[in-house]
Amino acid sequence: MSVLVYTENWDGKFKKVTFELVSYAQEIAKKLGTSVVALSIGNVNDEQLKALGNYGATKVLNVQDDKLKWLNNQAYTSVVAQAVAKENANVIIFAHNNSGKAIASRLSVRLKAGLATGATAVPSSFDPFTVTKKVFTSKALGNIVIKTPVRIITLLQNAFGLIESKVEVAVEAFQPEVKDSELKTVVKEVNKITGKILLTDAEIVVSGGRGMKGPENWGPIEELAALLGAGTACSRPVSDEGWRPHDEHTGQTGKVIAPNLYFACGISGAIQHLGGISGSKCIVAINKDPDAPIFEAADYGIVGDVLKVLPELIAAVKELKAQ
Amino acid sequence: MKILICISNVPDTTTKIKFVNNNTAFDIAGVQWIINPWDELALTRALEIKDAQPGIIENITVVNVGLIDSEPTIRKALAIGADAAIRINAEPKDTFFVASQIAEVVRKESFDIVICGIESSDYNGAALGGMLSEMLDLPSVSAVSHLDVVNGAVELKREIDGGQETVATQLPFIAIIQKGIAKDARIPSMRGIMTAKSKPLTAVEPIAADLLTEFVGFDLPKPKAACKKIDPDNVRELVNLLHNEAKLI
Repeated sequence: MSVLVYTENWDGKFKKVTFELVSYAQEIAKKLGTSVVALSIGNVNDEQLKALGNYGATKVLNVQDDKLKWLNNQAYTSVVAQAVAKENANVIIFAHNNSGKAIASRLSVRLKAGLATGATAVPSSFDPFTVTKKVFTSKALGNIVIKTPVRIITLLQNAFGLIESKVEVAVEAFQPEVKDSELKTVVKEVNKITGKILLTDAEIVVSGGRGMKGPENWGPIEELAALLGAGTACSRPVSDEGWRPHDEHTGQTGKVIAPNLYFACGISGAIQHLGGISGSKCIVAINKDPDAPIFEAADYGIVGDVLKVLPELIAAVKELKAQ
Repeated sequence: MKILICISNVPDTTTKIKFVNNNTAFDIAGVQWIINPWDELALTRALEIKDAQPGIIENITVVNVGLIDSEPTIRKALAIGADAAIRINAEPKDTFFVASQIAEVVRKESFDIVICGIESSDYNGAALGGMLSEMLDLPSVSAVSHLDVVNGAVELKREIDGGQETVATQLPFIAIIQKGIAKDARIPSMRGIMTAKSKPLTAVEPIAADLLTEFVGFDLPKPKAACKKIDPDNVRELVNLLHNEAKLI
């Protein structure tokens, strides 16, 4: 038996969430008295692959196949299923993101294994196998029992964190069968946003709302983000108005993020927005309306005009960095 | 071209979430029910394509797994513009069960495109589209933010972390859609509401299918400590707190 982790890389480097998934899997493996195997698909170098051992993976299955250059839900599911069979995995861990959701759901049918999506912690019980997961877009938590012998979990990002536990790791080349009949979708073109921090990977996010008054006022948001090495985000009205691109929209119907620190600048905090950011460890709100619901969710708040506060905040951060 | 759109009947997104029966069931008292926001955008997009290119899409059907109380929501989908609706008369307790039911509908009546929202806003399963495509052995494209039909071929864009990919697929296929597919959900017109009454809404009984999971209880998140307010004339204090107290910058 083993706990299998589906890893994800970005330009050959593992995403932050991958190390979190391995940490999480290690915690489960410890309780089950088994070990963690990680599956890597794509061109990832040996040093990166070995880094998974820092978080408890004892084996890494390294798949490199040109047919798997792009995410293909059907073919990738087959690869994971073959890894599950090879390693006799009875728990399979994915990230609760677009690719994780896409493959985990297919795998659930392929293996007839129950699936818990958006888990927030390690299983609270192993018999029955009970997982706590977000429901109602993080407005509540649900305890879901998986009734099958093989279980699949997608972990909510930044819900568990990183736990280092260095072990000896073996990297093994793995060549699963990839059938042409499962390659029915083809990627024609890729548009990558370069020079920007991945919003879902960002430790700090600076986000602007309607209170920013217009796209011409986004300079301070970007400046603060650059100073802090943060990602930039926005509320729904802002992306709907076209002030900012859609990929920055965080909220119930946009991106769900869980950074360590979230700056809500001129965001009133509609319940739909809070649904997308409530996993943040610390929320700072700047809004001129003292009754704005964002202050209910915030840890620190400034009631004031965001366009006046932001330059002062930037100056204060610069002072700190200069120390 | 025939399109099937899977719709979920969910509480309005502004609903205050409460639980009853010793925290084992969602409290439906006073709840307004709506079409799951992603499903509503999928329907809107299908209608936009249908309107823009007359004759390309001959039929848009919506399907829901739910008891009779989901019919007002299904009627709303008809009022927005769907041509027909199917309700599978069962409680949607487990995604595998729900996918099994919808797969049966697709096996009986073929569709060129089946569209699912990426998740439902109630139990956030985020698995229906994937499960359905695996059951039907069909290709699926997930996190689709752009869908169009150009010269009979489907044009797709999907969201990836930090970007977008243009994807081509064989038909039939399953589109799992993300926000951005349509700007705003379409609102039913008065004429739409009137004609919806005469459109076919067929209720069918479920097939036997397994439930792989079961919710056994719910919790509300612990209330947060009160927000620490900082004087707008002393912004430096915020930086000080974030550095020394929260230790985040």
